Amino acid sequence: MDTILECHGLTKFYGSGVCALNQINLNVGRGRIVGLLGPNGSGKSTFMKLAYGLLTPSLGDLSIAGFPVGPDTKEVVSYLPERTYLNDWMKVRDLIAFFRDFYTNFNEAKAYDMLSRLNINPNDRLKTMSKGTKEKVQLILVMSREAQLYLLDEPIGGVDPAARDYILNTILGNYNENATIIISTHLITDIEQVLEDVIFISRGEIIMVSSVDQIREEKGMSVDALFREVFRC
Amino acid sequence: MTWELKNDRPIYAQLIEQIKLRIISGFYRPGERLPSVRDMAAEAAVNPNTMQRALSELERDGLLYTQRTSGRFITEDTGLIEAAKKALAQEQIDAFFQKMRALGFTTPQTVALVESAAAEEVR
Repeated sequence: MDTILECHGLTKFYGSGVCALNQINLNVGRGRIVGLLGPNGSGKSTFMKLAYGLLTPSLGDLSIAGFPVGPDTKEVVSYLPERTYLNDWMKVRDLIAFFRDFYTNFNEAKAYDMLSRLNINPNDRLKTMSKGTKEKVQLILVMSREAQLYLLDEPIGGVDPAARDYILNTILGNYNENATIIISTHLITDIEQVLEDVIFISRGEIIMVSSVDQIREEKGMSVDALFREVFRC
Repeated sequence: MTWELKNDRPIYAQLIEQIKLRIISGFYRPGERLPSVRDMAAEAAVNPNTMQRALSELERDGLLYTQRTSGRFITEDTGLIEAAKKALAQEQIDAFFQKMRALGFTTPQTVALVESAAAEEVR
C-alpha cells in the first residue's frame, strides 16, 4: 500500500497535563476516503491539527507523503478547520483571490464551477450568509486545492440533508484518485456509503481500524450502529 | 432505476446485486457500454473503490468485460444473462419457501396456495 500519512507513537499533551492523543500508530494509504470517528473530546481535531502542523507533537513522529510535517507538507495538505478563520467582511470572490495568491495549487476555475453549482453568488459577503452556506464556501475553497491529503474536520455539520448529499457528491466527483480524504464527523449515517475505511478513536487512543464493508460483513450492522454500540453512554 | 442501499450489508455486495438486476431486466442491454466507474460511483453515492470492487467481481463472473482502451461493457452472451436470471429466480423462490415454512406451511400447501393465487390473478 502506498502510504500518504504515517505516524508512530504520536502523543500530544496539552499544558494542563491533559493527554489528548496517546501513542497513536497509524498508516493511511493513498486514494482512500477515511472516516475518523469518535465521541466528543476523543482527539479527532487534535489529530488533524497535528497533521496540518498547527500543533507540534509532544512525543512520536508524523509524516505525510514521506516528509515530517512542516513547510514541505503544507503544500500537499488541504485542511478544513472546524471553526472558520476567514474574514467575514470579505466577498467570496475576494476569498478565492486570497486562496489563489496563497496556494500555488489552488484551482480557481474549479472553485467558481462548484460555487455556481451550489447557487452561491461570488459577490456575496461571507457575513451575509447562513451558517450552512458559509460551510459550503469553506469546503469549496478547501476542495479546490489540488492537494494529496484533505483533512476535513466536521465538514457537513451545518448544512441541510439535501445539500449534504450534494456536497458529498462534490467531494466524490472532485477528488483525484491518488488523493486521500480524512473526514471527521458525528453524522456517520450520511457519509457511511462514501467512506472506504473508518478509524474509531476514543480518549486519545485508536480502538479500531477497519473497512466499512468488513464491519458490515462481520458484524451485520452499519458503521453508525456499531458506533452507537461501542460508544454507548 | 435508482440505487437502493441498505445499512446492514456490505455495500459492494449490494452493488453487485443491483447491477446484475439491471443487466437481467434489460436496463443495461447486452453489449452496451457502462458509464465510467467514477460516474457510476457518483450516481450511487458510493466510494469509487467500492464500485470498482463490485465491477471487478462481475467481470470475474463474465457478466461484464473490459476492452482495454474503450471501457467496460455488458456481456453479449445472452445465455450467461439467462443463467443469471434463472439463478436469481431460484434464490427468490427458495427464500419464499423458507418464509412460508416459518409460517407453518409445508411445500405442497404453499404450492397449492400459489396456484390458487395465480388462478385468481388470471381472472
